[in-house]
Amino acid sequence: MTKAITVSGLHKTFGSTHALDGLDLEVETGEVHGFLGPNGAGKSTAIRVLLGLLRADSGAAQVLGRDPWTDAVEVHRRIAYVPGDVTLWRNLSGGEVIDLYGRLRGGLDTGRRAELIERFELDPTKKGRTYSKGNRQKVALVAAFASDVDLLILDEPTSGLDPLMEEVFQRCVEEERDRGRTVLLSSHILSEVEELCDRVSIIRKGHTVETGSLADLRHLTRTSVTAELAGPPNGLTHLPGVHDLDVQGHRVRLQVDTDKLDAVLRSLTDSGVRSLTSTPPTLEELFLRHYQEDVTPEAAR
Amino acid sequence: MTTLAAPQLTGTGTLLRFALRRDRLMVPVWVAVNALMVLSMPNSLKSLYDTPADRADLLRQMETNSSLRALIGPVFDDSLGALTAWRVGVYAGALAAVMSLIVVVRHTRDEEESGRQELVASGMVGRRASLTAALLTALVANAALALLVTAGLAGQGATGALALGLGIGGVGLVFATMAAIVAQLTESARLARGLTAAVLGAAFVLRAAGDSATDDGSSVLTWLSPLGWLENLRSFADERWWVLLLFLTAAALQGTAAYVLAGRRDVGMSFLPTRPGPAAGRLASASALAWRLQRGSVLGWSIGFLLAGLVYGGMTDGVADFVGDNDNAREIFERMGGQSGITDAFLASMVGMLGLIAALYIVSSVLRLHGEETSGRAEPVLANAVGRLRWAAGHLVIAFGGAALIMLLAGLGFAVGHGKQAGPILGACLVQVAAVWVVGGLTVLLHGLAPRAAVAAWGVAGAILLIGWVGPALDAPQVLLDLSPFGHLPKLPGGQMEWGPVLTLLLLAAAMTAAGLAGLRRRDLST
Repeated sequence: MTKAITVSGLHKTFGSTHALDGLDLEVETGEVHGFLGPNGAGKSTAIRVLLGLLRADSGAAQVLGRDPWTDAVEVHRRIAYVPGDVTLWRNLSGGEVIDLYGRLRGGLDTGRRAELIERFELDPTKKGRTYSKGNRQKVALVAAFASDVDLLILDEPTSGLDPLMEEVFQRCVEEERDRGRTVLLSSHILSEVEELCDRVSIIRKGHTVETGSLADLRHLTRTSVTAELAGPPNGLTHLPGVHDLDVQGHRVRLQVDTDKLDAVLRSLTDSGVRSLTSTPPTLEELFLRHYQEDVTPEAAR
Repeated sequence: MTTLAAPQLTGTGTLLRFALRRDRLMVPVWVAVNALMVLSMPNSLKSLYDTPADRADLLRQMETNSSLRALIGPVFDDSLGALTAWRVGVYAGALAAVMSLIVVVRHTRDEEESGRQELVASGMVGRRASLTAALLTALVANAALALLVTAGLAGQGATGALALGLGIGGVGLVFATMAAIVAQLTESARLARGLTAAVLGAAFVLRAAGDSATDDGSSVLTWLSPLGWLENLRSFADERWWVLLLFLTAAALQGTAAYVLAGRRDVGMSFLPTRPGPAAGRLASASALAWRLQRGSVLGWSIGFLLAGLVYGGMTDGVADFVGDNDNAREIFERMGGQSGITDAFLASMVGMLGLIAALYIVSSVLRLHGEETSGRAEPVLANAVGRLRWAAGHLVIAFGGAALIMLLAGLGFAVGHGKQAGPILGACLVQVAAVWVVGGLTVLLHGLAPRAAVAAWGVAGAILLIGWVGPALDAPQVLLDLSPFGHLPKLPGGQMEWGPVLTLLLLAAAMTAAGLAGLRRRDLST
């Protein structure tokens, strides 16, 4: 598979702010790639570099095999972009904006445009100022999904959409993937990421702290185990990868690194297990670990 | 009539302090520039008309020169104070009006259009607090201006200074309350400012028409205009204090109307509703988008310049006819270089004035780039297959081409209004374009190289306007006059065409535009 986006060691400073600090990102062609990070992590800055709107101070970026800064127009012909906060011209109707954006890209599929307007329940005759936030997002989303492009760059595209529209959005992204298009999806909505993304990259303070499939990432986190034992537990404290051990008589609660689970279960069965619940790590825990200030990327591994 | 119940005004004080803080730079600059223009006048008039005989001459000249009266207004007395009130009164009033309309719209419709008002209105803020705070801000600004003028001119006579100060502030208040009404009518702050400015333009034209007909401001047309009230206040010339009541009454009536309208509509809504647009669009390029965004403004400026040309051209005929009728005036004009001499001089000064105003058009048009960029609307456009240069070119063609177009239309208006000399007049108007383009080039340069300072182009345009309008009257040193590109243009019609300075200005404009575009290509997009 070829890479739709490759970024390595990207740096960008604004005055004293280090917005990007050695960012790496690889997006395979045809995948939906989740791009995650807390507010201010540098997601939008990275996307603006990928769009050639900002010039990186150092590092390399390639989008669809080209330099996004020097070949901006050629790259953009095959890209559709949806910003997180769409602003429209007050005196242009939504329909006019959709058609304008389509023509400024590789073209617009009119059948798909009509279908999308219907599915998103958008009134294309309203003027820019009279749209609500969610409806402004819909204008940009319809323009993006109806455009004949290879790569969609979506920067928190569903902010302001209601749950029904969120559902429509997810179906649309799946359809794009089925057609072989690549999607870079920056998002805060973890269920959306879990549902849609083949792989994710997590960034914090301008650099990438984690990349991989969700299954890969789950391995890196801890599983919660609660057990009722026949006898007192034995030797759990000395097992590697065990955290937050809490023993009350025959009752045991602990957290264990998922790849060390096997040894813990052996130790528990030695004492005789009466009941056992084991909770896999949630996506939230996964992200919270990376988002929290006190956890350094090294310690998280 | 509804009453101003106290709960409706809750929070006015906080909002007023907030508004004054937001305007802490803008309002003082407007007030200072305006006051400076007024206060510098006695000295410059003293140097121009030193002896009582000179001033008596001027008075006679004004009695007989209806065109100059239309421009400036009648003179009522030959004291320096009266001459100051005559020379700058109307213009200081107009400037106060522009300041007031900007302040009021900025704190009312601008806030609603941007959606910020919703957040403010959800706090402990009465229904009428925002409008009241906006009007009080305008009141503070105009009061400061009135105070400065009164104090600064007190040396010429305290009562006259007080009358002029109150009159200028009065015009400001009338247009502040006018803007408050218009802000209720439109959903767009830009449109609200434009409509109020159009009312101000109409007030100027009414006064000009009235003053060209009578030499003592007694025409009904003059009395219909708040600017006419200012001159009929007769500062430094046996003041008519009762005229101040006109300002007060108008401001009170308009203010009441604004409150009534505001009380009958929802936040963010207006009385002129937005119509739905087409479901599909034909716009297919960045240039088409730029034209769509700017066409209304180009149309407005075109009409304005054509009309201005027609009116001033028609006035020129009046000057010529008049010279034929009146021995006294013929003598004056012949001294100044014969009949064709005064006609040409008048035409040249009017053409030059329109050139200066065209500089404002080009700044506003080029700064559309800045507006599109900072509002975030440029970002998705540039994320399409649109190069930055092509995007910028779409707007710049309209800015530079539009400047040439409006000067051409002004020339056509002059030629038709004047009825002869079509060629030289058109040429004179087109020569102005070189200097207008220099201002445009400078704006492109600022936007390309120092985007955060792009709005400084307004400051430059204002300074050039000030140099062009007030510089000659102040007898400013040549070094200062040379700072303005307009100072280097040949005086046409009548003077000798000089290609050298015109070509130099064109080259300068081209160089700055190119440098600005090169900067735009290299820099980060502001977000």
